[in-house]
Amino acid sequence: MAQPTAPSIGLRFENIDKRFGGLYALRRLTLEIAPGECVALAGRNGSGKTTLLRVAARLVRPTHGTVTYTGDEKSRARIGFVAHSTMAYDELTAQENLTLFAKLQGVENAAERVSRLLEEVGLSERRNSLVRTFSRGMRQRVAIARALLHAPSILLFDEPATGLDPEGVSWLAGTLRNLRDAGCTVVMSVHGESEVAALATRAVRLEAGRVAADTRTGAKTSAILRFADE
Amino acid sequence: MALLSNTTILLGKELRTEFRSRELLTTTVVFILVVVVLFSFTFDPTTTESRRFGPGLLWLAFLFAGSLMLQPCFLREQVNDTLSALRLAVEDPFPIFLAKLAANTIFLLLTEILLLPVFSILYNVPILRVFPQLVLVLFLGSLGLGVTGTALSAISAQARMRELMLPLLLLPLLTPLLIASTEATAALLDRNPVLRWDWLGFLIAFDVIFLTALWLFGEYLLEE
Repeated sequence: MAQPTAPSIGLRFENIDKRFGGLYALRRLTLEIAPGECVALAGRNGSGKTTLLRVAARLVRPTHGTVTYTGDEKSRARIGFVAHSTMAYDELTAQENLTLFAKLQGVENAAERVSRLLEEVGLSERRNSLVRTFSRGMRQRVAIARALLHAPSILLFDEPATGLDPEGVSWLAGTLRNLRDAGCTVVMSVHGESEVAALATRAVRLEAGRVAADTRTGAKTSAILRFADE
Repeated sequence: MALLSNTTILLGKELRTEFRSRELLTTTVVFILVVVVLFSFTFDPTTTESRRFGPGLLWLAFLFAGSLMLQPCFLREQVNDTLSALRLAVEDPFPIFLAKLAANTIFLLLTEILLLPVFSILYNVPILRVFPQLVLVLFLGSLGLGVTGTALSAISAQARMRELMLPLLLLPLLTPLLIASTEATAALLDRNPVLRWDWLGFLIAFDVIFLTALWLFGEYLLEE
């Protein structure tokens, strides 16, 4: 699964505010993520993890502040994003979904790549089944396969283990480990300590849209992850 | 080149998902048939009255059907957040709009062409000898309805009271298109049919202006 990624890209958030109506989802948030880092974002519900990931993916424009990609300016095409939702069409089969996005992203040998990914995520036997017939875990596997189609340089995962069974979580952890070791930058939101969270080389806790703790400034990973799970 | 290829890929997806579920086409065809039949029963028009009022009734029915059909256009993309996946996959969002516009225009045209024989029989207005010209007017009118409807569907999908928002925004905006389409259709259904190029020119201008606006401001319409 680990693809020889293009040179890693990093992220710099500077004084980011994101307001939805009168509610601040992010407030004066400043955070720098170096190329090749694997960052676990922890925090209670509503702390701003999802919004931060969507800002990073350039799906949401910040109300104030700037997001800079270090290493590559035309970076949207190099982002792999897994959200809460599966981001897959229910009326298409798993193979049709992946082929659609592979073609849009200009993946070379799209058919071969889709076929290989379906096998790696354990869905090759259900490749021709409509996604609406899939369980939550199977949909999550489709979502992860979609995010990896174009061998991204930066992966943004919003609670990637959602819906996966223990076997699926182990598979995801293995995949993320390989990607991390191949130099891919990974930013993932997590809830508590888990096999996936344990892969992080850095942990950041968000509170009320701000960075409240960061292992880079001396906080302990286990403390950050445990706190977020309380 | 990327614009054309991405639009083709996305149009294929739109057609495939619709023909698999048949949600939009079925409901719209049934709705438009009910409206036209009810109009006919309510007014029981003579041929002369039909020639006079028929085109207006027809285009009003198309407009209501269009607002019904266009509503789910972007709402469907929100169910599994597939719009975000599309935005990440393509640098330029215009193909997303173009594909939806093309699909909506095809669906509208199909519905309208299915309805024409029913209209012709119920309202006793012959359409066969002006059928190609009528299809041209239907195409230009449907394109205008498709462009504005697709753009407003993207806006209303993110708004509160979204089900009400689209018709509220769409119908006033389409008043010029309704007038032009009705006049062009009325001229074709007259005893001495004529293709009114002035109204056709108006429809083309309407389509071009809104398509350009969609191209210029499309990215902002998709922002969360």
